[in-house]
Amino acid sequence: MITRRQLIKTGMAGSVVLLAAGFLASPQPDLPAASQGHLVFLQAGDAQIIRSLAPVMLGMAGLALEDIVRGVDVAIANLLPAVQQELRQLFDLLGNRWGRRWLAGVHSPWAQAAAHDLAAFLRRWQQSPLLLLRSGYQALHALINAAWFGNPASWTALGYQQPQQIMGLLP
Amino acid sequence: MSLPDPVAEGVASGWRVLDGAVQTQDLQLSCDVLIIGTGAGGGMTAEVLAQAGLDVLMVEEGALRTSRDFRLLEAKAYPELYQESASRKTADKAINILQGRTVGGSTTVNWTSAFRTPAETLNWWGERYGLKSLNPQTMAPWFDLAEARLGIADWQTDPNPNNSVLERGCQALGLKHGRIRRNVRGCWNLGYCGMGCATNAKQSMLVTTIPGALQHKAGLLTRARVERLLPAADGKSLLGAEGRLLAADGHSLNGQQFSIKARHVVLAAGAIGSPAILLRSQLGGAQVGKRTFLHPVVVSGAVMPQRIEAYNGAPQTVYSDHFMHTQPLDGALGYKLEVPPVHPLLMGVTLSGFGASSAGLMQQLPHLQVVLALLRDGFHPDSQGGQVRLRQDGSPELDYPLNDVLWDGVRRSWLTMAELQFAAGARQVQVLHEQADLQSSWKAAREQIMQLPLKPLLARVVSAHVMGGAAMSSQPEEGVVDEYGRHWQLRNLSVIDGSVFPTSIGANPQLSIYAFALRAAHQLRDALKA
Ligand SMILES: Cc1cc2nc3c(=O)[nH]c(=O)nc-3n(C[C@H](O)[C@H](O)[C@H](O)COP(=O)(O)OP(=O)(O)OC[C@H]3O[C@@H](n4cnc5c(N)ncnc54)[C@H](O)[C@@H]3O)c2cc1C
Ligand code: SF4
Repeated sequence: MITRRQLIKTGMAGSVVLLAAGFLASPQPDLPAASQGHLVFLQAGDAQIIRSLAPVMLGMAGLALEDIVRGVDVAIANLLPAVQQELRQLFDLLGNRWGRRWLAGVHSPWAQAAAHDLAAFLRRWQQSPLLLLRSGYQALHALINAAWFGNPASWTALGYQQPQQIMGLLP
Repeated sequence: MSLPDPVAEGVASGWRVLDGAVQTQDLQLSCDVLIIGTGAGGGMTAEVLAQAGLDVLMVEEGALRTSRDFRLLEAKAYPELYQESASRKTADKAINILQGRTVGGSTTVNWTSAFRTPAETLNWWGERYGLKSLNPQTMAPWFDLAEARLGIADWQTDPNPNNSVLERGCQALGLKHGRIRRNVRGCWNLGYCGMGCATNAKQSMLVTTIPGALQHKAGLLTRARVERLLPAADGKSLLGAEGRLLAADGHSLNGQQFSIKARHVVLAAGAIGSPAILLRSQLGGAQVGKRTFLHPVVVSGAVMPQRIEAYNGAPQTVYSDHFMHTQPLDGALGYKLEVPPVHPLLMGVTLSGFGASSAGLMQQLPHLQVVLALLRDGFHPDSQGGQVRLRQDGSPELDYPLNDVLWDGVRRSWLTMAELQFAAGARQVQVLHEQADLQSSWKAAREQIMQLPLKPLLARVVSAHVMGGAAMSSQPEEGVVDEYGRHWQLRNLSVIDGSVFPTSIGANPQLSIYAFALRAAHQLRDALKA
């Protein structure tokens, strides 16, 4: 759960909305924290958020969602501790029932949320008058896109391949 | 057959290279000259000083990665070779900054475009900042020397289709344009320079001056982050520097520390990096970290009828400086037009929009053509750049506010790029902004661009050219170092990297840094040998 003190400490306090979320935050998270041993940063609830948002963000069905979750996890593990801390707050906020409902505007739990509700959430944050929410959207956009398009499994659909004249010569 | 890796061979043959990650004890070292950072400035300086017989030690935060580690794979390259996995951002997150973090610094991952410092920039430094000896005539021999060392020459091969579109668009609109010189020898024309050059054709510091220094008995300590400089009791000089060794993952601490005594210290940790070390050392001074410039870049994508494959072929071979000269140097911001290489990960992250629209664009990747405009910051009185500051944990952060004079340049350059892409035959064009979508005519694109709100994190802004923050000046109180990079207060400290520039360069900066570094390093060599 995100505390008011954490918000102030990390300079996210600029947003009144988030402060309110701190007050409203309910102690129980959305999901039972089934442990996901192989992930470094993402917790079970975070992974579900990625799983739910990825198809909507990428506009594609039939994605290898577990690969994307792992890709996001690896990407975050390679970021600065200070940035990881901000992402922790973002995920905690979205994973919290009140944060999801009142800040993201998504009414059902992430796992059950309908695609059009998820798209509406992404659009609201993408276009928000609040810089902080726009940056939350951009973080999700960058992580999910990096995880998917960094994965060679995505390349065939793009018609992209590495230059064949050299690939065979690499160690 | 597999490709040769001369740097790995050199290490195997006994070059003095220490990997911080495998150290099990604290390190105490000493040398004549400690060089912090191994990029454009550090690499050039190291070779000059080591060849003169000085005992040089280079310290680098990133790891030593060599051509056999370069697999043309973005997901591997960005975390291994870039600051913050290629996702470093300004304080409000509005600008994404690319900087290298590996042996060779940004030169290991840069796109090989080589421009001399524009004469107008050097002349401006003379007039405005009193740096009169850095004029085009006095600098010419240093450019010659850098070009000879790094094989910088005209690129004889045809531009790839991505660059050709820029050329055709310029021709159609009557914009002055030219071909870009490159620092390569035996280039395979692959286009993967940004992931490290697997063929060693790119003449980065990794394969030129750093081996040159190591062959002359220089030492290299990698995965070692300098935390602070150590001032002597007199407050007028340094004893050396200290820092922490990093673990094999490249970012966590391995628990050991290092401390290095040196007669002279060269700070070459790059813009953001060098000011951060000064700030952490409480050697701020009023100017440190201020006026950090980015050449903020905005981007326009086009769907072309023909295949472009902007991921293949030398990344940048055509440019236009037309709009650098359509207004006074300190007037509305000028901009330089170039194209970027387009690979899936970075493109996916950089494209605006989400869902079906961005999926539609990504699925046309082979037909995607991309133009970028680099805005020349630091000349207009309202273009003061950004300021480097430290987070609570000591890591640096650049606060670079986007203001009206910049936004004006953003809109003008979007218009130019869209018009140019249509003139070159684009089927559809979209500037990268969260409220823009694909437009099918120049008229419709122009109307849309005129309406787009200019706000951070709606417009996509990126940068690969960080400059300034420890500026040269002719008077001590006006900057941090003199024209040779010598620190105004500390007798045995020099700053030799991209952070010394008092404005942005107005062209891709590597050759400016090489030439400035050669000049500073020769002066330093003579002083230390005297
Ligand atoms: C993707 C990309 C493409 C580019 N393309 C071009 C191009 O085509 N043409 C061009 O002219 N320019 C290009 N540039 C820019 C150019 O490469 C840089 O401006 C130049 O390399 C900067 O040189 P520098 O010495 O200031 O710093 P860098 O080359 O960035 O080197 C600084 C080094 O210091 C290290 N360091 C930082 N802090 C510490 C610390 N505390 N302790 C130890 N080490 C530290 C860093 O890890 C890094 O290796 C590009 C840059 C990028 C990132
Ligand atoms: S284009 Fe040339 S310099 Fe760039 S990675 Fe390929 S071979 Fe190396």
